[in-house]
Amino acid sequence: MLHQWISPQDMAALWLTLKLAAVTTVVLLILGTPLALWLARTQSRFKLAVESIVALPLVLPPTVIGFYILILLGSQGPIQALGGPSLAFTFTGLVIGSVVYSLPFVVQPLQNAFAGIGTGALEAAACLRAGPWDRFFTVVIPLSRRGFLTAITLGFAHTVGEFGVVLMIGGNIPSETQVVSIAIYDHVEAVDYASAHVLSGLLLALSFLMLFTLYAINGRIKMVLP
Amino acid sequence: MTIEIRLDLERPGFHLTVDTEVPGRGVTALFGRSGCGKTTLLRCVAGLERSALGRLVINGETWQDRLRFVPSHQRSVGYVFQEGQLFSHLSVQGNLLYGYRRIPVPERSVQPEDVVRLLGLESLLPRRVTEISGGQRQRVAMGRALLTSPRVLLMDEPLAALDAMSKAEILPYLERLHDELSIPVLYVSHAIDEVIRMADHMLLMEDGAVRAEGALHDLITRGDLPLAHAEGAAAVIEARVSGHDDRHHLTELEFQGARLLVSRDHLLQSARVRVRIMARDVAINLTRPRDSSVLNCVPARVVDVSDDPHPGHVLVRLAVGDATLLSRITRRSLEQLVLQPGTEVYALVKSVAIT
Repeated sequence: MLHQWISPQDMAALWLTLKLAAVTTVVLLILGTPLALWLARTQSRFKLAVESIVALPLVLPPTVIGFYILILLGSQGPIQALGGPSLAFTFTGLVIGSVVYSLPFVVQPLQNAFAGIGTGALEAAACLRAGPWDRFFTVVIPLSRRGFLTAITLGFAHTVGEFGVVLMIGGNIPSETQVVSIAIYDHVEAVDYASAHVLSGLLLALSFLMLFTLYAINGRIKMVLP
Repeated sequence: MTIEIRLDLERPGFHLTVDTEVPGRGVTALFGRSGCGKTTLLRCVAGLERSALGRLVINGETWQDRLRFVPSHQRSVGYVFQEGQLFSHLSVQGNLLYGYRRIPVPERSVQPEDVVRLLGLESLLPRRVTEISGGQRQRVAMGRALLTSPRVLLMDEPLAALDAMSKAEILPYLERLHDELSIPVLYVSHAIDEVIRMADHMLLMEDGAVRAEGALHDLITRGDLPLAHAEGAAAVIEARVSGHDDRHHLTELEFQGARLLVSRDHLLQSARVRVRIMARDVAINLTRPRDSSVLNCVPARVVDVSDDPHPGHVLVRLAVGDATLLSRITRRSLEQLVLQPGTEVYALVKSVAIT
C-alpha cells in the first residue's frame, strides 16, 4: 500500500535519512557526553572559546558548514593529503557533517543537565564508596535523564531536518547520499507535488511525534528506583 | 586507637593548619565560628580536598602521607552533609542501601535492619526523598553513612539546616548513635548546646588552626578560653542516678561524692547522665546555708578566679573532686568573701539540666 505512494528511490532516501540520524545521534552521544561533562565542570580559560565553537552551527548558514567540511574531506583536502580516503559524497562524510551540524543540540542540553547536578551529590556518592565510573552511571546519568532525552530527540530530529550541509557534502546520489529533504527539493523542482507532499507529510508527522513523545515523557519522568 | 591529623591547606585568603591527635572513640566536636575551617578540616579527612598536604592516620590505617593520597571512595568514612545530599532519583531505601551495596559482605558490620530501627525509618523506606521532612532527610543521611560500616563518622553540622522542632526530633537519635555505636565521630558544630549534649572531646578551632584540644568538660571550663566567658558558660558533669524521691517528685544524682536533686525524671537507678550547670546558676557561700530554698549545696574548693568580659563580674572555677563547676559572681562578692585559690566553699546550684 505504501509502495503506491512512495517510489523505491524515495523509500531509500527515507531509510538513509533515518540511518544517518541514528548513527549521528550515537556518535554525538559518545563524543558529546565527555565534552559536556568537561564544559559543565571546568574552570579552564578555554571554556568560553570551546562553548562558542560548539554553538557555531546554531548561527552559521548550513552551506558554510558544508563548504568547509567539503574542503576538509574532499580531494586535495587535508585528510587526503595525509593519506586518508576521500570522504566527500560518501555516507561517512554525511555522518561527519551531521555530527558538526547537530553538535550544539546534543552538547547544550547535556551540559545544562550536568551543571545542574552540582558537586554535592557526587561527593556524597564518593563518600559512599562509588568510584568515578560508578558515580557516572549511578548518579550522573540518572540525575540527567531529561538532559539525555532532550539531547537524543533534538540531535535526531535536527539531523533528519538538515539540508544545506548534506547537499554540499553528499551531493545528491540516490540510495547513497540522497536524504529526504533533498528528495523533496528534487520533486518540487520537477513539479512532482504529489511525491513532495507524501514525503513532507511523513517528515512533519515524524517530527511532531518525536517532540510530542519528548514532552510527554519529560513531563512525568519522575519515577524513583528502589 | 587515635585519629592522627597533620594537615596543611592553602587557599587564597585562608590557611588551614592542623597538627593534632584525637581519640579514636567517642564523639569529638570540631567547634568554632563559621569560617574557622572546621568543615574544611572534615572535608580533608574525607579526601574531598585534593590540595591538602600532610598525614592522616585513622586508627592505624594511613589515608594520606607524603607518598599516598587514598581517594574518597576508598576511604572508610561515613559523611553526613549539612544539607543531607540525598539522591533525589532514589527512594529512601535506595539511598540507605547505596553505600551498603558497595561494601564487601565480610566488612558489613552495620546491618540495615538495625539502622532502620535505631533511626526510626521503618515507615519511610518506600518514600521519595523529596516527600519527607528536613529532619527525616537528615536521619536518612545518617543511616546511609552508617550503613557503609565506616571507621569514622564525619558529621558536618547535621542540625544546622533544621528548624527547632526538627532539631528536637533528631537529637535523641544522635544521642542513641553516641550510646550504642562504637564508631568514632567527628562532629562539626558552632552550636555549643549540641556539643555539650553530644561530645566527649573537643577541638576548638580559630582562623584555620586548633586553639585548644581536650576533654569537653575541661575545655568549656578553662578560664583562658572564650567558652567559659560566653553568656551561656556552663560546666558539664557526668553523674549517676542514685535514687528517686517520689513524695517530692525529685530524682537524686550522685557525682564525685556529691549529691544533686533534680526534677523527677524517668531514668533508671544507676543510669549514667550528663548534666549541664550554667555558671550564672551557681552561687558561692563560705558556710553551709541552713535556711535556703536552694536544694543543691555542694562542698567545693576554689581553683582559680578569672576576669569576665563584664568588668563587674568574675568567673570562679570550683573543684568538686575531679569535676569542675563554674560560678559567675560579682567582683564585689569576690572581695567580700575574700576568695582565693584553695578556699573551701559551698557551691549553691540553683538549676541543673539533664542533657
